Amino acid sequence: MKSIPFKLILIVLALSLVYACTNRRDGSTQSEDPQATSHPKGQASVEDDVSAKNILQVAMSSEAHSTLVAAVAAAQIEHVLVNAGPLTVFAPINEAFDALPEGTVENLLKPENKAQLATILTRHAAPGSFDIDALKREATKGRKIYMATGDYLEVVIEGDKIFVGGAEILSTIPTSNGVIQVVNKVILP
Amino acid sequence: MKTSIRIHSLLMAGLAFLAMSCDQGNRAGNGALSSNIAEKVYIAPGERDEQYGFLSGGYSGNLTVYGLPSGRMFKEIPVFSQFPTSGYGYSEETKPMLNTSFGFVPWDDLHHPDISQTKGELDGRWIFANGNNTPRIARISLTTFETEEIIEVPNSAGNHSSSFITENTEYVVAGTRFSVPVPQRDMPISEYKSNFKGALTFIAVDPEHGHFNIKFQLIMPGFNYDLSHPGRDKSHGWFFFSTYNTEEANTLLEVNASQNDKDFIAAINWKKIEAYVNNGGGKKVPARYAHNVYDESTHTATSTIKEEVLTVDPSDVPGAIYFLPTPKSPHGCDVDPSGQYIIGSGKLSADITVHSFDKMLAAIDAKKFDGEAYGIPILNYDDILAGTVQSGGLGPLHTEFDGRGNAYTTFFISSEVVKWKLGTWEVIDRQPTFYSVGHLMIPGGNSRKPHGKYLVAMNKITKDRYLPTGPEMEHSAQIYDISGEKMQLLYDFPTHGEPHYAAGCDAELIVNNSKKIYRLDENKHPYAITSPAQAKVERKGNEVHIYMSTIRSHFTPDNIEGIKVGDKVYFHITNHEQDFDVPHGFSIIGQGTSEILIMPGQTKTSLWEPKRVGVWPFYCTDFCSALHQEMQGYVRVSPANANIELSWSLDE
Repeated sequence: MKSIPFKLILIVLALSLVYACTNRRDGSTQSEDPQATSHPKGQASVEDDVSAKNILQVAMSSEAHSTLVAAVAAAQIEHVLVNAGPLTVFAPINEAFDALPEGTVENLLKPENKAQLATILTRHAAPGSFDIDALKREATKGRKIYMATGDYLEVVIEGDKIFVGGAEILSTIPTSNGVIQVVNKVILP
Repeated sequence: MKTSIRIHSLLMAGLAFLAMSCDQGNRAGNGALSSNIAEKVYIAPGERDEQYGFLSGGYSGNLTVYGLPSGRMFKEIPVFSQFPTSGYGYSEETKPMLNTSFGFVPWDDLHHPDISQTKGELDGRWIFANGNNTPRIARISLTTFETEEIIEVPNSAGNHSSSFITENTEYVVAGTRFSVPVPQRDMPISEYKSNFKGALTFIAVDPEHGHFNIKFQLIMPGFNYDLSHPGRDKSHGWFFFSTYNTEEANTLLEVNASQNDKDFIAAINWKKIEAYVNNGGGKKVPARYAHNVYDESTHTATSTIKEEVLTVDPSDVPGAIYFLPTPKSPHGCDVDPSGQYIIGSGKLSADITVHSFDKMLAAIDAKKFDGEAYGIPILNYDDILAGTVQSGGLGPLHTEFDGRGNAYTTFFISSEVVKWKLGTWEVIDRQPTFYSVGHLMIPGGNSRKPHGKYLVAMNKITKDRYLPTGPEMEHSAQIYDISGEKMQLLYDFPTHGEPHYAAGCDAELIVNNSKKIYRLDENKHPYAITSPAQAKVERKGNEVHIYMSTIRSHFTPDNIEGIKVGDKVYFHITNHEQDFDVPHGFSIIGQGTSEILIMPGQTKTSLWEPKRVGVWPFYCTDFCSALHQEMQGYVRVSPANANIELSWSLDE
């Protein structure tokens, strides 16, 4: 009867050997998912300092958009902004977020509100490259801009100002994968 | 009790086996189950290979780029063949690359890639390759991975002992396989002997831009020049060419060229000939050959026909050329990293012949000759022999080195790679290949400093190695780990075309120089436009030039009218993207050429000759973006006598 625990010990020993052997192969453990470690942010992790800057890179280098960038990170949609696109992002400046009712931004940045935040941000992105001339054509031809969430936003020209979904275009920045139209308001439904 | 004892001992044995296999996993022989072979070639998703391999495509005319050790193919670089995938040889800018003295030749047989070197070490700037059929040498940039230059080699035929480079890329050398009348003339084939000549061509490489210039052609006796290798280190300044058919047969060579017990390796002191030429030596003779250069700033190639070449008669430069007797129609002619050993692989022999460079020099100094051939002194076989490798194999072909004192030779007939030791000539290991191996490649293995971790054997016969694909199979290659005493077969992968030879190097030599985009503000193409506002259409007689731009996801212009049947319509398309890996393509219905793929910042031109009245679409052939399917346009084609004005627009 003593033989049973001895067998058990042997089996445990054998198993641990198999395990040690497996783990020793390249110094890493098997539980690591290589996809997760090599490109945690998808295409956003690609290192490229030669190409023109993409939407995300431009936004990250703009002090006026630090809230937007923080929100994009919280919603984990970085890879959308570096995608082949083309995309036009109507990028609210920090003051636009500040103008929201108190506590709104803080609330949206909470992990549990990630999906809601992603929807709000996605509503600021339109498939296609809309520079100023293209926006003017939208207005004069009476076309609406189709946003990534499925909403259609109206473009209105008032004097020398252009408004999209009620937000005023402050400036335009061309990027490698589309256009950033800097706006003064968060565009809410 | 008996049972439990048996179980004990079984478990103990199992345990011992487990512990053993764990320790020896690296070196275990066959079977991935008993070792970790699979992990040695496994590159996890998102991870990258250690080394580049550039395999010749043989009759594909192209060069393929692989990762080592994974065997994953990254790219096919068009060199001597039209390539619809990119439009190479179809676009107006690249058609001149395939011009020759015979006119447009859209194909060749690419054999022996060799990477540029500085001080005998790979420098990763360019890779050279030879076209066998209509003799040509190409230079491919390892920055853009594009063919930048092709020069035709006159007085040559079957450009096979090519395209090997000297230690500082002073020369890329091209030797003829077939001897021919020089200059070409109408004469009886039966008068081959002593009338046909073999030209060995030394093409100078401009150190800054890599541009070619034929410095001289050595007009040698009418043998077949098979392969060649430059001297290394101590033998730098010499070049060695294997020969066969020293019988000078002109028919049934499989019998008539195997009569002599020994053929020659020709040892050529090119520095001596270079000095002779620099002092005004040699004779300029009429010749016709094309020199094609691609200019990266205009994205355009030009072809120039040259009319003259400088030839050197060996008898005019005494002391520059010697013949080293080498048994049995040698194929490979390889020099070890120290430059001391010249290895001749007599392909009908069982042994490998190794000549000594020092002994060769001593014999030359002592003027110990064993006769001469066409005025060229023949050295005594025994005087120059360093040793022979009694390999036990059959049909040695080609040898490379690991930089640790070992040589690796392929054997075609016995289908194996044999590892042997330089100096002692003892065989250390042998591994089978599957099947009938031609050349092998160790990254840097023909240079002074091999990157000797892997060996790639390139086979001629595949048979049952992969799932069958009809009567023809792609050729197989095997990769071996050569870091240990014994070679270990790691992996087997199909190649594209026929890999006659390959070159390889550590990835870091190339990775950081690889181009991502062409800068639009540096584009000097005469038909480039730097802003969509410059888009226009111009008519010159029946030629119509469309200055067009692309950016995700539209062409500017995308509606064009006023084209007529019989027009030659040139779409000059500038890709305004400045984003890595975002080309746009272009094709139009009924086009007699291929699509073109336009890199970011580049301009390319596609010719369309509309034959029918109608409204015809064009579109982007590269899935560029989310709105790729929307990237299209229309051309209205009217009758030849119509009066429709030219017009063009986008979203008007």
